[in-house]
Amino acid sequence: MLLVLALILVTMIRQAWPAWSELGASYFFGTEWIPSQGKYGILPLVYGTLVVSLIALVFAVPISIGISLFVTEVAPEWLRRPVVTTVDLLAAVPSVVFGLWAFYNLLPGFQAVFNNIASAVSSIPVLNVVFGPSTGSSFMSAGLILALMITPIITSVTREVFLTVPENDKSGALALGATRWEMIRGVVFPHSFGGMTGAVMLGLGRAMGETVAVALVIGAVPQISLNLFGVGETMPAQIFRQLSEAGSTLRSALIGLGVVLLVLTILVNISARRAVVAVDRRFKGAP
Amino acid sequence: MTTYDHNDDTQTTTDSTAAAISGEAVTMPMQLAPPSAGIDSAERQGNAVEPESLPKVFNLEELQVYYGSHHAVRDVSMAVCANQITAFIGPSGCGKTTVLRCFNRMNDLIAGARVEGLLAYHGVDLYSAEVNPVEVRRRIGMVFQKPNPFPKSIYENVAYGPRIAGIKKKSELDDIVERSLVQAALWEEVKNRLKASALGMSGGQQQRLCIARAVAVSPEVILMDEPCSALDPIATSRIEDLMLELKSEFTIVIVTHNMQQAARVSDVTAFYSTEVNPDGDLRTGLLVEMAPTVDIFSNPSDELTEQYISGRFG
Repeated sequence: MLLVLALILVTMIRQAWPAWSELGASYFFGTEWIPSQGKYGILPLVYGTLVVSLIALVFAVPISIGISLFVTEVAPEWLRRPVVTTVDLLAAVPSVVFGLWAFYNLLPGFQAVFNNIASAVSSIPVLNVVFGPSTGSSFMSAGLILALMITPIITSVTREVFLTVPENDKSGALALGATRWEMIRGVVFPHSFGGMTGAVMLGLGRAMGETVAVALVIGAVPQISLNLFGVGETMPAQIFRQLSEAGSTLRSALIGLGVVLLVLTILVNISARRAVVAVDRRFKGAP
Repeated sequence: MTTYDHNDDTQTTTDSTAAAISGEAVTMPMQLAPPSAGIDSAERQGNAVEPESLPKVFNLEELQVYYGSHHAVRDVSMAVCANQITAFIGPSGCGKTTVLRCFNRMNDLIAGARVEGLLAYHGVDLYSAEVNPVEVRRRIGMVFQKPNPFPKSIYENVAYGPRIAGIKKKSELDDIVERSLVQAALWEEVKNRLKASALGMSGGQQQRLCIARAVAVSPEVILMDEPCSALDPIATSRIEDLMLELKSEFTIVIVTHNMQQAARVSDVTAFYSTEVNPDGDLRTGLLVEMAPTVDIFSNPSDELTEQYISGRFG
């Protein structure tokens, strides 16, 4: 597996090299991505990818953990199966279908809601920048669609993790007079922390790499804008949009984007693993 | 000799219990009864203790437990007295653990479990609608068959209960942790590694940690569900010594498969057995006899009890 990863990296870096050597630092640190003017600064695309993924996590993680806890700890037996099946079905929806559906059915509604929020906070500093006017297509729209797409994944993994918490430990907490929520906080979460982080990473990887659905709803404007309701662009969406008509420099630059995306996801994974070890140690005591 | 035959409808539990424990009553350490017991400790000093004066912690009348349509335990009537160790013995499937888990409403967690009859704790029906099971479990602690420390540090295991009971001050928690570990005869072994994971301890230490965890919330009663079945003989004997120390402060009910253990530690023994259920192939448990431990083992009044303790069935 490591060999495959190395092979991907090496061949892609070779193909990206012409752009990298030609553009140098202006490629990695440039804040303008306008291929028609020969400007290939990737930061707006990196920014878009990270913002959209974070929005997706902010919505998807609490919802997923909520559904998993409901299914494993709260719901009566007869309700568990149907909920799990429904969530799993959602995972089977192809991303292009999500994108198409959102493009034609959600964006108008998003536009109205976003603009309502924007006018409501228009006199509050900071918020009036973050929640500005919207045309529908936006970071937030893409983030919400991604949240919908990664929720089933995070839910099914966290549910499996919660199921592995020993019944004995849960009884132990309840027998000490813990309420169900105290038991969940004191036993289920510490026990599941590693697995939950893994689930979130899986979702994050999916969100960072998602292409079609994002491309349809984000607006295709590479820019670093604090307005979450404004248009933007992500790395995979830009690759998907431009590759078919790319000249040699642009093609090389796009492949370089692919490398950056891959390295970013690997970095996210490694740091998550470190975080798990550190937090486990804090929760569970030194070995 | 008073028996606790389930068929004996004419006998009132209240009267018979006091009589049943008379054999052991004088040997009990009386001076440390919990304040909630409501009995003036002065009147129980000395040898001339009247058995009637022992406060009843639990009073069960015609308790029935069902799992779905299965009648798991029927007609249990008994009383559990303060600062005694009451042992439940009997063959597998006789319902002793089931009854124990009624005392702190742990059966609530089993889907389809249902309890009928009276289970009174200081006169309050534990299964009445106003009773909050969470509150019950703070007063009535439990130690499980398999040691189940949380995957946290030793300190955090003991502090867990006090924390959820709302104690936040570090100094106060420190005191409780130390006191509880001392009570569980574990302090000397772990005082220098309170931050270490509880999962790195031996089985016997883990079980004593679970006892410390239970006493940390200052319950009145500690229920023990075969607490030594996963332990070696040395660890077992330490736990037994611990129980004898703890009974001055707590009321203990213990389920055990080990008859020698019941004989060694308990003041009163309840013998359960099973009968074939006419409605199905699942068996129904019932209380055969309850009496001072000395009597149960030397002179059981029920033939079934005698057969069980002499090893002829079970």
